[in-house]
Amino acid sequence: MNMRADSPEQPRRRKLLWLQSGGCGGCTMSLLNAEGPDLLTAFEAANIEVLWHPALSEATGSEVISLMRDIVEGRVHLDILCLEGSVMRGPNGTGKFHMMAGSGKPMMDWIAELARVAANVVAVGNCAAYGGITGAGGNEVEACGLAYEGTQAGGLLGRDFRSGSGRPVVNIAGCPIHPGWLVETLHQISADTYSRADMDEWGRPLSYTMHLVHHGCSRNEFYEYKASAEKLSDLGCMMENLGCKGTLARADCNIRAWNGSGSCIDGGYPCINCTSPTFEEPGHTFTETPKISGIPVGLPTDMPKAWFVALASLSKAATPQRLRSNATGDHLKVPPTDRTKVKS
Amino acid sequence: MSRLVVGPFNRVEGDLEVKLEISGNQVKEARVNSPLYRGFERILRDKAPLDALIYTPRICGICSVSQSMAAAEALAQAQGLRLPPNGRIANNIVHAAENIADHLSHFYLFFMPDFAREVYAAYPWYADAAERFKAMTGTAAADVLPARAEFLHLMGILAGKWPHTLSIRPGGSTRAVTANEIARMQAIVSGFRRFLQRFLFGDTLERISAVASGEELAAWAAERPSSSSDFRHFLHLSAALELDKLGRATDRFMSFGAYRAEEGHLFARGVYEDGAIRPLVTAQITEDVSNAWYVQDGQPMDPFSGRTEPDADAPDAYSWCKAPRLGGKVMEVGAIARQVVDGNPLIRDLVSQGGGNVHSRVVARVTEIAHLVLAIEKWLREIEPGKPFCVQGKIDGSAAVAGLTEAARGSLGHWMLVENGRIANYQIIAPTTWNFSPRDMDGKPGALELALEGAPVRKGEKEPVAVQHIVRSFDPCLVCTVH
Repeated sequence: MNMRADSPEQPRRRKLLWLQSGGCGGCTMSLLNAEGPDLLTAFEAANIEVLWHPALSEATGSEVISLMRDIVEGRVHLDILCLEGSVMRGPNGTGKFHMMAGSGKPMMDWIAELARVAANVVAVGNCAAYGGITGAGGNEVEACGLAYEGTQAGGLLGRDFRSGSGRPVVNIAGCPIHPGWLVETLHQISADTYSRADMDEWGRPLSYTMHLVHHGCSRNEFYEYKASAEKLSDLGCMMENLGCKGTLARADCNIRAWNGSGSCIDGGYPCINCTSPTFEEPGHTFTETPKISGIPVGLPTDMPKAWFVALASLSKAATPQRLRSNATGDHLKVPPTDRTKVKS
Repeated sequence: MSRLVVGPFNRVEGDLEVKLEISGNQVKEARVNSPLYRGFERILRDKAPLDALIYTPRICGICSVSQSMAAAEALAQAQGLRLPPNGRIANNIVHAAENIADHLSHFYLFFMPDFAREVYAAYPWYADAAERFKAMTGTAAADVLPARAEFLHLMGILAGKWPHTLSIRPGGSTRAVTANEIARMQAIVSGFRRFLQRFLFGDTLERISAVASGEELAAWAAERPSSSSDFRHFLHLSAALELDKLGRATDRFMSFGAYRAEEGHLFARGVYEDGAIRPLVTAQITEDVSNAWYVQDGQPMDPFSGRTEPDADAPDAYSWCKAPRLGGKVMEVGAIARQVVDGNPLIRDLVSQGGGNVHSRVVARVTEIAHLVLAIEKWLREIEPGKPFCVQGKIDGSAAVAGLTEAARGSLGHWMLVENGRIANYQIIAPTTWNFSPRDMDGKPGALELALEGAPVRKGEKEPVAVQHIVRSFDPCLVCTVH
């Protein structure tokens, strides 16, 4: 039996089109890191047929333009439209900062036309979701996301946009995405088991934004006792001095490993909250914590300030020597004490 | 005379449009358009200098570490920092891992699928090539993706993640690895070596890296059938299609030098022209915007005083890419330039025979993988756990510094002016800015534009397959190009 054929037993294969605009292509590169299984197997498992992806597909030039026309004019059904990169509206709303090659037409117009006929629209990465890095500085290029411009609902498609399936734009925000965030969401969309209830207030999958980056952070004990890193490469908690936003940032980066075993914090540098709108302009140097009279401005989310201050001063007074010592070096020097061994 | 516009030109990084004037059965003239402008150089103005390490890697998802390395080197100069050996080595490994992964993605995912195109269906080798290299469905994609992903576990250990790490600092690496982690990385590299030796080369890395001439390479290829390895498969196709006669450009090569050693680089810095090597004089580097969509300067600009003022209606312009030149001359950059400048005997020999062409560019890239994996194995043995990986510095006041490095696809430079502790000007010249530059004020075409002149066009072709081979032989990265 041909497993690929559309049949009553085998649901119709979901057709996916992937476009790139004002971004770096890093979300695709991260997606290629998918493991257990690899990306192509994951697409197959999700019953997804890739109509075209710029990095993966053979078709080029006029073949692609005619595919896009076929979709816009209803000759080819599009189940999932993925956009990677910001929508480029500048200069002055003309879209000339990205005229799609071979078409003589602004990419933003193609995106709008394809989104209108797609059953599902997925923003891949912070740029496509909210404008992202491309909108940093004064956003002179008028970059925006599909349904947001920074924290403002709207973007290219408008705040009330719903795709053919009735879903709003699904924002797989991150810079870059974790491959698992996208692959699992696409699988659910393809199986038609995905709903508004699976998304948070910024249109992101709750599957990963139900968590904080703080969850599973390997530096949690340093955090508990406020044993802080003083400089990048120190092993202590990076919240107090080095700008780490892990206690505010919503993602499962320390539960779900990157590249086999990593995460930003495990790599020795702070979380910059890249799943959130406007992360690109934090209002301070990324690797320095802004403080008011010695207290970090960005306190852990959901925590009353007075309690944080009280608990912090208490735990700081109780910091074990082991943590105090290990926090300011680049490798662990003092092991935990095993009382059984000490007694014997 | 007829005209073809090829775009979207995919299986490159970013969007690309190539306009061709066709005369008879060949390309007479080509104009290359990098159609996306994002304005990173303007985003960086007035930022804290160290924040360049957040923004610049995000110029490019495929060369993100190279962008970090260039920025970190500029910032290290601004602070007068000298990296501890562990930090230098750790960053070299991260950088080499990215470049290897890029070479692999280019060969398997971007370049080889063109031999599985319908246009070749009647050729005797077609069935084998299509079975192995057909985009998305060929057997090679299924082999390479898991191997690449597992190899990049090195990034999980040394860099937190890839792309867009922040582990690379002006003073070294934020991630001090331990002895057991070095053992884990050695195991990962062993697994990757096994993949390369079994699938890509069908031979040991030592044997591949020792091949010293074009003749030796052809003899090596003939030892076993083309089905015995993907590199042999390529060499067979290349011979059948005479790819060594396709896509010759200026034959002037430049390398900024790659992978810092205690002194100098693993791959040397320099310029190779007319069979001779000469030192690189960076002060001769300029950028010209005569045919690009920017406010016109009227003359080529030194990168320290260069500016980026977009003007979508600039007359005569046809690309967002500026035209960099060295002493007014067009340079080719990439693995071939790196290797020919470094004196790699195989690549010197190939260049002396046929210059830079589709064949020699791909051979340089694929064989560089072998050299780099051997280098990573050596570097892993040199790390001394417990010793420092990072030193700290401070930027205050002013600086005029240039961070020069080599991305997978060639020379990458960041020119940074700091005034009062903030970035006053930041100019970036990326590898594909060199290779895919538009014409300059003298009308001199860029390297790709030149390489496409004379490319054969078959009857009825809308996207000439020879043009596809030539364009992709440069391994272009368009998101870096314009930034």
